Formats: sequence, C-alpha cells, structure tokens
Amino acid sequence: MTPSPRDETDVRDAIRDALAAETPLAIRGHGSKAGLGRAAAPAQILSLAALSGVTLYEPEELVLTARAGTPLREIVALLDAHRQQLAFEPMDHALLLGGARDDATIGGVVAVNASGPRRIKAGAARDHLLGFRCVTGRGEIVKSGGRVMKNVTGYDLSKLVAGSYGTLAVLTETTFKVLPQAETEQTLLLSGLGEEKGLAALRKASGSPYEVSSLAFDPRENIAALRLEGPEISVVKRRDDLVALLAPLGAAAQTLEAESSRAFWMRLRDGEPVAAGEGVVWRISLAPSDGFTFVESLRRNGAPLLAHVYDWAGGLVWLRLEAAPDAHAGAIRAVVDRLGGHATLIRADEATRATVDVFHPQPAALAALTRRVKDAFDPLHILERGRMRADF
Amino acid sequence: MPLTMPLPEPAILSRRDEIVARLREILPPAHVIADETARRAYECDALAMYRALPLVVALPETVAEVSAIMALAAELNVKIVPRGAGTSLSGGALPLEDGILLGMAKFNRILEVDFENRCARVQPGVQNLAITRAVEHAGFYYAPDPSSQIACTIGGNVGENAGGVHCLKYGLTTNNILGLEIVLMGGEVLRLGGKHLDSEMYDLLGLMTGSEGLLGVVTEVTVRLLQKPLTARGLLLPFPSVEAGARCVGAIIARGIIPGGLEMMDQATIGAVESFQPCGYPLNAGAIVIVELDGTPAEVDHLVAVVEGIARAEGAMETRVSQSEAERLRFWAGRKNAFPAVSCIGPDYLCMDGTIPRRRLPDVLTRMDRLAKACGLRVANVFHAGDGNLHPLILYDASKDGDIERAEQLGADILRLCVEVGGVLTGEHGVGVEKRDLMGEMFDETDLSQQQRVKCAFDPQHRLNPGKVFPTLHRCAELGAMHVQSGKLPFPNLPRF
Ligand SMILES: Cc1cc2nc3c(=O)[nH]c(=O)nc-3n(C[C@H](O)[C@H](O)[C@H](O)COP(=O)(O)OP(=O)(O)OC[C@H]3O[C@@H](n4cnc5c(N)ncnc54)[C@H](O)[C@@H]3O)c2cc1C
Ligand SMILES: Cc1cc2nc3c(=O)[nH]c(=O)nc-3n(C[C@H](O)[C@H](O)[C@H](O)COP(=O)(O)OP(=O)(O)OC[C@H]3O[C@@H](n4cnc5c(N)ncnc54)[C@H](O)[C@@H]3O)c2cc1C
Repeated sequence: MTPSPRDETDVRDAIRDALAAETPLAIRGHGSKAGLGRAAAPAQILSLAALSGVTLYEPEELVLTARAGTPLREIVALLDAHRQQLAFEPMDHALLLGGARDDATIGGVVAVNASGPRRIKAGAARDHLLGFRCVTGRGEIVKSGGRVMKNVTGYDLSKLVAGSYGTLAVLTETTFKVLPQAETEQTLLLSGLGEEKGLAALRKASGSPYEVSSLAFDPRENIAALRLEGPEISVVKRRDDLVALLAPLGAAAQTLEAESSRAFWMRLRDGEPVAAGEGVVWRISLAPSDGFTFVESLRRNGAPLLAHVYDWAGGLVWLRLEAAPDAHAGAIRAVVDRLGGHATLIRADEATRATVDVFHPQPAALAALTRRVKDAFDPLHILERGRMRADF
Repeated sequence: MPLTMPLPEPAILSRRDEIVARLREILPPAHVIADETARRAYECDALAMYRALPLVVALPETVAEVSAIMALAAELNVKIVPRGAGTSLSGGALPLEDGILLGMAKFNRILEVDFENRCARVQPGVQNLAITRAVEHAGFYYAPDPSSQIACTIGGNVGENAGGVHCLKYGLTTNNILGLEIVLMGGEVLRLGGKHLDSEMYDLLGLMTGSEGLLGVVTEVTVRLLQKPLTARGLLLPFPSVEAGARCVGAIIARGIIPGGLEMMDQATIGAVESFQPCGYPLNAGAIVIVELDGTPAEVDHLVAVVEGIARAEGAMETRVSQSEAERLRFWAGRKNAFPAVSCIGPDYLCMDGTIPRRRLPDVLTRMDRLAKACGLRVANVFHAGDGNLHPLILYDASKDGDIERAEQLGADILRLCVEVGGVLTGEHGVGVEKRDLMGEMFDETDLSQQQRVKCAFDPQHRLNPGKVFPTLHRCAELGAMHVQSGKLPFPNLPRF
C-alpha cells in the first residue's frame, strides 16, 4: 500500500512506520520521474500528492508558502495572476524524460534545486527558498528558516535540502521569495558566429552592464541568444547597446519579440535542443569559459556526440551521446575533473544507471563529510536509499 | 540575559606553555602571540560588552599552517575560535580562555581576478571593500556591502552571511559566492564549489555561509563579480510618520519595482545624523525613506518618475531626486553615518538586528516604543526597509547602574516581538553569543537538535567556536541516538555514528 499522507503528522507516522518495518521509502511528488536518478532497489512509495495547497501568499511581501505536494502549475498560475514569478524558472522535464508536461510538485522542484536559463542572474531554487518544514529520516518534524527576506538565525538548512533529492528529509511545506515579472522581454539572436566565437560573444555580453538575464548558444542553428528583461524602454535601449557592442564580430542580428522570446527560453529550459532521439543525456556545470574547451576535448577524444547546447553563457552544457555501457562517464568526468565542475547523468537506461554514478563522484574527504551529513538527518538510510550514492 | 560560556577546562589552561610551544613548531614564533598585553587586543569583537582573554593567538599565513593547527588542536583537545576583523556585532569572534584564537588577518591576498568568468578568488582576510577596489577599474564590483565594509573581511562575511543596502536586489553573501576552500577540525582541506554554479550532492557551500565559524575554517573564497550599473540615482523622501514611509515602501514593491537600495530612518536617527554631520535631511520629518534606482539611464529615469508618483500619493512631504553622483552620495551619507551619529546622542548603544514581515513595521515600531518607554530607555531606528530588517539602536549609559541589564532586557523583548509577528531573531548579524539564549523563541528542541547534528557531522567534539549560536551544548553521541520502537532498533546491521 502506498501511504498518501494528508498532513505533516501523517508523514511523520509513515516514516516512523517505515523505520519500524525497516522498509526504505521513495518520495514522490507526482512520480513522473520515478525511473530516474541512480537505479536504486525498489522501495515503498510515499506520495505527497495529497499534501497540496498554497497556505500563504502575500504579493506585497513577495512571499508564498505552499505544501510540498502542490502542483507547480497551480503556483505559477496564482503568481501569474499577480504578475509575479518564481524567478529561478524551474524546468519541465517532460521533453527530456517523457511523461506529462507541467507535472512537477513544488517539493520536487526544491528537492532537485531546479533552475532554468535565468539562473545566472536570478539564482536557483536554493536562492529563493526562505524556509521549510519537513520530517527527517528519524521521523522528527523539523522547521528551518522563516518567511522573511533576510534571516541568519541558525544554520541555513534550506541550502542543504535544496538539491538533496529527498535523501535528507521529506519536505512538507516550503516558503519562497517570489519576484515581480519583468514588464517585457526581448531576445537578441546573433547568427553565423560559430561555436567558439559565439560563446566568446556571450561572455563579453555577460560582462557588460546591459543586464543580460540569459545567454545561450545553440550549435544546431549556429545562433547566440541573449535575453533582455525589464521595462520596455530599457529593454529596447539595452538591445541596441548590445548590438553596438557586438557589432565588430560581424554577425547577423535579429530580435525575438516578447512572446517568441519567452517560447525560445522555455524550450531551452526544458532541454529541447538535446531531448529528441536516442542516446544518453548529460548536464554539465562548469566555468563559462570552459564550456567550449570541454566540448572540444570530448570531440577530440572521439566521443559520439549527437547533440549539445550551451546555456549560462557557456557554464551549462547539455549533451546527448550515443548510448554506451558506462554512458561515457569516464570520458566526460575526466575532462570535467581537469577543468573543475560537475557532470550529472540525466537520461540513461536502468542498467546503466545501476552501474554508473549518476551524480559526480566526490574526493574521499568530501564524500565522507557528505555521508556524515546524510547520517545526521537519516542515520538508517530510510529515505531514497541509493538514489544519490551507492553507499546511502 | 546572563551569559554563560562553557567553563574553561583547567587541564587545558595548565598546559598553556606546551600548547604555545607546539604552535611555535608550526608557525614562525612571531606569529604565535602568547604575551598577555598583546593578547588583550583580541579579547572582544565589536560586541564589546563581552570579553575573554584568549589562551593564545595564532596567526597562520598558509593553508598548510591552518591545517596543522587544526590537527594539533584535535590532538591536544583544544578549542579554536576563528576571527576575521572582529567586527561581529553578535560576539561571534569572542575568544575562549581555554581556546586558540585563530586570527586570519594574514590571509590578505587577492589570488586571482577572472573577468571572463566574472569571479575572483580571494583569501578570507581580504577586506570586503578591497575586492571592489581591485576590480572597479574594469567596471566591476562585489555586491554585498555591509556598512562595516572598509574593515570587515570576506571570511567574516561568509561566517555571518553579511548583507548591506544592496542586498534587497543583489542578495546576501550566500547569493554572491561560488566557491570555498575550508579546513575541517582535524585538518582535512576541502573545496566546495568553484567557478561553476551549484554543487552536486549537498550544498555544503550554502550551509557554510552563515555558520558563524562553527563548521570549518574558511581559507579561500571565490566571489561573484557584478558589472557596475550604468547609472544610479537616489531619491530622498521625507514623510510625516514612519507609517506613511512604510506604506510607501510597500507600494513601491507592490508596483513590481525592486530598488538597488531601500532604507528608512526614524526621527530620532535623523536628528542624531544631522547634529553629527549635517547632510540636509529635513528635521521635521517623522521618517526618511531613501530609494536608490540603478540600471540603464533610460530605465532609471522611467523608474524615478514612477517612484516619485508613488511617494506623492503616499504623502511624501517632498521628493528630492539626485541630479549628480555627489548628490546621490550626500543622500546616503547620513544613512551610512547613522551608527556613529547615534553613539553621539547617548554614551552607549546596543544595535539589535531582527527581521519582520514588512507590513508589520508600523505595529512593531509602536510596540517597540512602548517597551522602551516602560524601561526608561530610548531607541533610534534605522532599517533596511525593503526587506524588513530592523536595526533598533538601544541607547544606554554603561556607567549607570543597571543600564546594561535594562538595555539587554529591552533588546531581548524587541527580538521576541520580531519573532511573534512572524519574523526572525537576526537578519544579518548572526546569533553569536548575543542571541544564543533566545534561539528557543524561534526553534523548538527538535529543530535545535537537528541543527546540532549538522554541527556534529563537521565537528563531533564541539571544539570549533563552541558556546556560540546554541543555547545548550549536547554531546554528539546523545544527539545521534535513535528513537527506539518496541524495544528494537531498526536495521541493526547498519553502522551508526
Ligand atoms: C536524476 C534527476 C536529475 C534531475 N535534474 C534536474 C535538474 O538539474 N534541474 C531540474 O530542474 N530538474 C531536474 N530533475 C527533474 C525534477 O525531478 C522535476 O523537474 C520535478 O521537479 C520533479 O517533480 P515531481 O513532483 O514529479 O518529483 P518526483 O519525480 O516525484 O521526485 C523527484 C525527486 O524529488 C524528491 N522529492 C519529491 N518531493 C519531495 C518532498 N516533498 N520532499 C523531499 N523530497 C522530495 C524525490 O525523492 C525525488 O528524488 C531531475 C530529476 C532527476 C530524477
Ligand atoms: C559599524 C558596523 C556596521 C556593521 N554593518 C553591518 C551590515 O551592514 N551588514 C552586516 O551584515 N553586518 C554588519 N556588521 C557586522 C560585521 O561587520 C559583519 O558580521 C562582518 O561580516 C564580520 O566580519 P569580520 O571579518 O569582522 O568577522 P569577525 O567578527 O572576526 O568574525 C565573524 C564570525 O565569522 C567567523 N569567521 C571569521 N573568519 C572566519 C574564517 N576565515 N573561517 C571561518 N569562520 C570565520 C568568526 O568565528 C565569527 O563567528 C557591522 C559591524 C559594525 C561594527
């Protein structure tokens, strides 16, 4: 039987039962991504779908609290009505991983520290989570943080749970900083520069004072894309200034107006450039100036690259490669380790994910500390056992 | 709030000479300060009411030295207190009589500036403002700008997750650092993050930020650099009352505008500032709101007009808009001098630091005033109005009998009030020793135990900066114990820590 807790006490009871019965739990928001992460041993599923609803929204205070199982789309719709947003742009994985569109829960969004192209300017989920309530793997109800913008009372456990994939605690309630939506947006497209020069142009723009909020390069179409957001008058002016700044490169410039601009970045956010077709998918975070070096090294080493795209001015690389027993983890991680950064296997079949580290391996001392942090929340490894690491 | 620190261990005190000698094997002898007069310089931080003479002061210069000191401390079972510039207002760097004070001042180099990736690698003892000074020639700056920025260090900023007037729009320290090198108790050197975004596995970089020197010693910081906005303009908006000023602040944000700075001062502070160093604030105002709008000139002009309109609608007595950089700085001069100015109207002050939901501002100020009157003290208010971070300055006279105690009592009452209306005990200065015993106002025993378990993962013997942040120290073994059901422990074969 799948426990479907309706409140925090139910969640605590479910975890205590699981502890007593020695049954590991897998936490599901909407369960759309059940087959992902490390391929772990089967576990009883704890569904949070019934723990839903926005419990506090004060637009003037820029704050919103929702139960962890609240559908993201419900929150986005509510914010839309007040011209506000979750500025970190949580991605929708349906294109990449299959499943229905718009099917994430807010707890899942926090658990994977989701973010989109605006990450470089606005931050990731971790930067917007003001506080939370949860039940730890010890079966204890714990709260941390608060609902105000500035808070340094005690350790910032929000940072720890963001991106912990449910391995530390089951979130029951999350409080976010929300932000006004920009009045409008435009995207400047520069075509024909080629990968290396295109990426250099992005870095130049990101070091300019024109407040470019997203910068991507799509090799399929050989275009560099630069997003500008804000009041109309400012967006237009900054676009013109950028065109002037980058004119010496000799690229053909074109502008996407608001609606096409939004659609463009949403496709990129959701991994569309690498989603279609066979193969394994990786997501790599590194210093922006290393993005191209990384891809070049892989090419030189003969990796069977099928598609790739650069976001975050070159600091985020999405890759699709032909399938292989180790999903090319060895080749990819050797380069990433030399440059600094981390590589996550996002899509691969179960057999591969059972043998290859999905998350980037850590040096021994860091891995040991990570394990001690896990044990501090979930000493018996009852939550999401094996999802992030083979040893917990 | 009678403050008790862990009692010094006689066994350690009696081995002082040995500890000094062992430190001198690691560091050049001159970098180990054992002489009492020289140690006095370190006996307190900016929360000067609490003092303790450190056992010995160690001033390492390299990561290897820090690592060796930590390993030595582990071997000899000695405590360590890290210290940057000692500007902490919560007693975070208060020494221990049986502990080594680890002064990080010699870590003062900027190791690398990387404009392409918009970041810089700096040592923890580098002053906050020195980072901006090193990169401004190329149009960049480091955004978090605590008022103490000429003095405080980036290591201390990480320790306290420091913020400043820019953080409403640009975030706190935690949103502006990319990487850390840390040394754990025991001497292991770890790197967290780097020049890339977001960590894999747990975000220990985020956890370290604001951990008040309790988890590890920071030996290197990679900070994000931002481009200076093309222009910035200030608005000086006097209002007849704090309530009207607070309404204006709310209305600006409700309109979807996030200013680069949004600060407020009450009448007591305005008076103090004007008699300290006149900068033209209207003395008849009940409150002054200062708004800074930054970005491209076209955008700023547009927003200035919108904000002026909002201010008039909310009853501003006048609206002054800066017409030059000099004028913008003049608007800020009073705000930046508020703390020293207030110290001229009363011999001593205690600076509190709570955050509240912004719309509770008028209510909280009224109740704060009532509390102050009841104990016969005065309070001057300056606040980061945009994010509800209050800095009530409680004026008292340390030479008067009982004044310190009354000031502390009032401070505690004010912080309790902040929590009661949905706020928190500290917005940027940290818990330290000052608010340690109030942690129970915000967290229950279970919440605090979970935080201390995190501490145990880093420092199981509680030897790094103990006595700060947590009202009671629990042994890690006791915190590690599991809830046993029906007399049996689940998963008996799994190792426990
Ligand atoms: C390996 C992997 C990598 C991913 N990488 C990214 C990424 O980099 N960026 C991105 O935007 N999205 C990423 N996702 C997608 C992410 O899962 C979805 O975007 C969505 O947020 C999940 O919502 P859901 O409700 O369907 O969660 P589910 O698919 O049900 O769960 C996803 C994860 O979140 C945890 N979880 C769910 N609810 C809670 C809760 N209340 N408390 C604690 N933990 C909870 C689960 O244990 C699980 O580990 C990734 C997913 C996986 C599996
Ligand atoms: C006049 C004045 C104005 C101020 N204004 C502001 C303000 O606007 N905003 C704000 O946020 N703060 C403000 N502060 C408080 C203070 O300046 C900050 O908290 C600052 O970050 C402390 O830095 P520091 O180098 O002086 O650190 P210290 O006071 O030396 O130490 C602070 C804490 O960090 C730890 N620490 C220091 N270095 C390290 C290291 N290398 N590794 C590990 N831990 C370390 C210490 O153990 C301690 O817990 C102000 C202080 C004063 C006196």
